[in-house]
Amino acid sequence: MSVKSRKSKKIVYYVVVVLICFIFLVPMYMAFITSLKQRATINLLTAWKWPSPASSIGYKHAITKLAPYLKNSFVLTITGTVISAFIGAINGYIFSKNKFPGSELLFTLLLFGMFIPYQIILIPLFETLTRLHIAGLGGLILAHVVYGIPIVTMLFRNFYDQIPNSILESGRIDGATYFSVFTKLILPLSLPSFVVVGIWQFTQIWNEFLWAICLTSQKTNPITVGLSQLAGGQAVAWNDSMAGAIISAIPVLIIYIFLGKYFVQGLLAGSVKE
Amino acid sequence: MSNKKNSKEILYSVLILLPSLILVGIFVYGFIGNTIYSSMTDWHGMAENPVKNFIGLKNYKSLFTGIIMSAFRQDLVNTVFYSIFLLAGTLMIGLILAILLDRPVKNEGVYRTIFLYPMALSFIVSGTVWRWLVAPSGGLNAIPTWFRGKQGSFQWTSSQIQILQFNWQNIWKVLAILIMIVFLVLLIHSIMIHNKKGIKTHAIIAGILAIFAFIIAPFLPPALAVKETHGFNLAIIGILIAGIWQYSGYAMALYLAGLRGLSGSIKESAKLDGANEFVYYWKIAIPNLKPITMSAVIIMAHISLKMFDLIYAMAGTDNNFTGHPSIRMYTTTFRANKLALGSAMAVILFIFAALFIIPYMVRSHKERV
Repeated sequence: MSVKSRKSKKIVYYVVVVLICFIFLVPMYMAFITSLKQRATINLLTAWKWPSPASSIGYKHAITKLAPYLKNSFVLTITGTVISAFIGAINGYIFSKNKFPGSELLFTLLLFGMFIPYQIILIPLFETLTRLHIAGLGGLILAHVVYGIPIVTMLFRNFYDQIPNSILESGRIDGATYFSVFTKLILPLSLPSFVVVGIWQFTQIWNEFLWAICLTSQKTNPITVGLSQLAGGQAVAWNDSMAGAIISAIPVLIIYIFLGKYFVQGLLAGSVKE
Repeated sequence: MSNKKNSKEILYSVLILLPSLILVGIFVYGFIGNTIYSSMTDWHGMAENPVKNFIGLKNYKSLFTGIIMSAFRQDLVNTVFYSIFLLAGTLMIGLILAILLDRPVKNEGVYRTIFLYPMALSFIVSGTVWRWLVAPSGGLNAIPTWFRGKQGSFQWTSSQIQILQFNWQNIWKVLAILIMIVFLVLLIHSIMIHNKKGIKTHAIIAGILAIFAFIIAPFLPPALAVKETHGFNLAIIGILIAGIWQYSGYAMALYLAGLRGLSGSIKESAKLDGANEFVYYWKIAIPNLKPITMSAVIIMAHISLKMFDLIYAMAGTDNNFTGHPSIRMYTTTFRANKLALGSAMAVILFIFAALFIIPYMVRSHKERV
């Protein structure tokens, strides 16, 4: 192949890739420019144009309306993530390093909970939480922790499977017990896994909507419900709703941009492992 | 290690797992059983002491054949289209993106980040943004005007156009033809890879389905008393585009991991044999990615059943043209208080999902043991 044709091939390649990038960024661009417009100036003719002059009124409205929901979401997401991660660590330790007869079967039965469409458990869940008088944030945290058990257990198990057993055995010879192997040897090695699981659960819980709308009420609604109310209905103030969408996406986007590597690890763990 | 110590440790393990096992036992298995039971009762209205009389499969019968439930049947048809197009769209685009990035590229990390970022967003966020993009007076309809064309007139989620119509009375025939098409595709695949056994099995099954569809089915009694048309609602296109935009990056990440996993020597030796890039991907890489495609199919099918949030955010709960069983399950249960009927819809969704999940789980269990 001549140098010239190789070069032109390369140019075509980069043009294609950059073009696809632009297509993927279109919704982001639209949301951003619309969020900076004033309600009265939003119309079809200028839909794609940069706002002139830019206005922050959409953000002011959105923040005022969404603040209480954001607070709920932070409480919900952080509590749920922390509890989940510790349950996952100890379960993963057992399924990976302390297998016993039948443990593989139990693990498979546990994993099943990860794949069900949540409609199938929604009505009894609603009934149970109402009966126990914990509908609201507490109930939602419980739901996320319980239905998170399969995935967090699996993520930790996969991680621990990569730790060679010889480390544990030599620890045992040095007199470590069942529990001190976990606290002294395993936990200090688990930081990357905590990051992967933490990010995974954080994004899942932050983004969840079905339970949020069914199990919480006005005072305890998380951000997804708040945003759907801000952006729903017929006469939508598009600048407010785009600003709201951006605000509610910021926490997960920050995590994704700075810790993307770990995010992808969580994403792939459930699928291409084995 | 002594046996005594060992059995003590098994006891510890079981005791530590016990809370998780009990919780999952109740919240997953117990609740599924409970919903299945409720779906066979006449339960309506939340009450302190709910009245549930067992009525067998009556709710299911009314969902599939009752005159007033025709909207639910359209939801089922929509589900098939949502799933097929989401699967096809994300896997194809994901594979193309993965192949594009499967080479030394400057700033690869940046491209990957851009292709994958939609995946970090919630369906409510992306739905809110896409609702604006597909608003009839909104963004996408304006694109033709850049090229001096006329402004688009497609109504997107408010469209009422339906194509590929069929009569629900002929549902058995339609189903048989659909499954036959699947087997014809498998047959072509077997012919291409010269799999003699595959050719035989797939040809026989396709033949039986053809006989059923064209010779036996016309003599069956119609599945409904009156004519009722269903089909592909163009209103779901906007939602599909949003879903594909959001999840192609996921498929890309799966495929890219797979392509990187193929050892460099495979690629090298293919090159030595004179295979160009196209031949390498088509004949060598893609067939080797079969397990990943399987996982991706499961994941995407699963996501397509979770489109509740996206449809809710883009079209609301009362749009019959974009309907989905999960949306109707929500309105039936929490708005109309028809809990038994809502349970039956949930069970149908669950069965849909189980068709994909259970074979997958059995396979991965066998691989672990």
